[in-house]
Amino acid sequence: MNRRDFLKTTSLAAVSTAVLGSAVFKNLSAAELTDSPPPKKPFDEALKEITGGKPVSDSDKVKLIAPEIAENGAVVPVTVEVELPVEQVKAIHILADKNWNAKTMSVYFTPANGKAYISTRIRLAETMNVVAVVQLADGSFIKAQKPVKVTIGGCG
Amino acid sequence: MARQALVKINPKDYKKGDLIRVDSVIMHPMDTGLVKDKESGKYIAAHYITNVEVYYGDEKITWMDLYGSVSANPFISFYVKATKTAPLKIVWKDNKGEVTEKVIDIKVD
Repeated sequence: MNRRDFLKTTSLAAVSTAVLGSAVFKNLSAAELTDSPPPKKPFDEALKEITGGKPVSDSDKVKLIAPEIAENGAVVPVTVEVELPVEQVKAIHILADKNWNAKTMSVYFTPANGKAYISTRIRLAETMNVVAVVQLADGSFIKAQKPVKVTIGGCG
Repeated sequence: MARQALVKINPKDYKKGDLIRVDSVIMHPMDTGLVKDKESGKYIAAHYITNVEVYYGDEKITWMDLYGSVSANPFISFYVKATKTAPLKIVWKDNKGEVTEKVIDIKVD
């Protein structure tokens, strides 16, 4: 094989892999499309679904750690810890009051956890309050909330 | 297709009865269903993890409901009390029925 032939075949191969590669990539990234977004769930409705209309009191037993200013709303670290024995805590619900669906995460505990603690990363569409509602074993609810300023929204 | 997931425990040195923190990450796009596709103008269908279950031995010790506003590649951290030598299994399920499992071993003397 002389130099000219070699260049011809390799360039052809390179072009074909590039074309094939982009086609494969497109196939992978092509997600399913729909005409309508999922149903909206405002904060009041979401809270009612969780508490069943029961009153929720503010409590300093609920420690909600979130940044004051989040530069990127797509990744906001949130940590919730309840300073009560885990036997008294049934669940922690994290809500974001102006998101399309205000419900973000519900975590249910058992005594085997040892500690009522959850740390995760959530999306915030705009500047809003992050609310941690804690369901206690006796059926009552306590909460803590914190405003988070968002520079770039994270829900699209 | 099982997704890539990572589970770590902290601290690595623990004794019986200690609280250990379990950090987990799973690679998942967590599509909210609110993002529009630029070419067609349609919405990209919601595709996110809806349930996470944690088993310690045979016992289901904690479980979570997730919604679209959890970030992509969800990171979840929680505590477990190391009371016995048993596998700790985390199971992620999404709204399209995909299931991913990851098991780590907890050993106590």
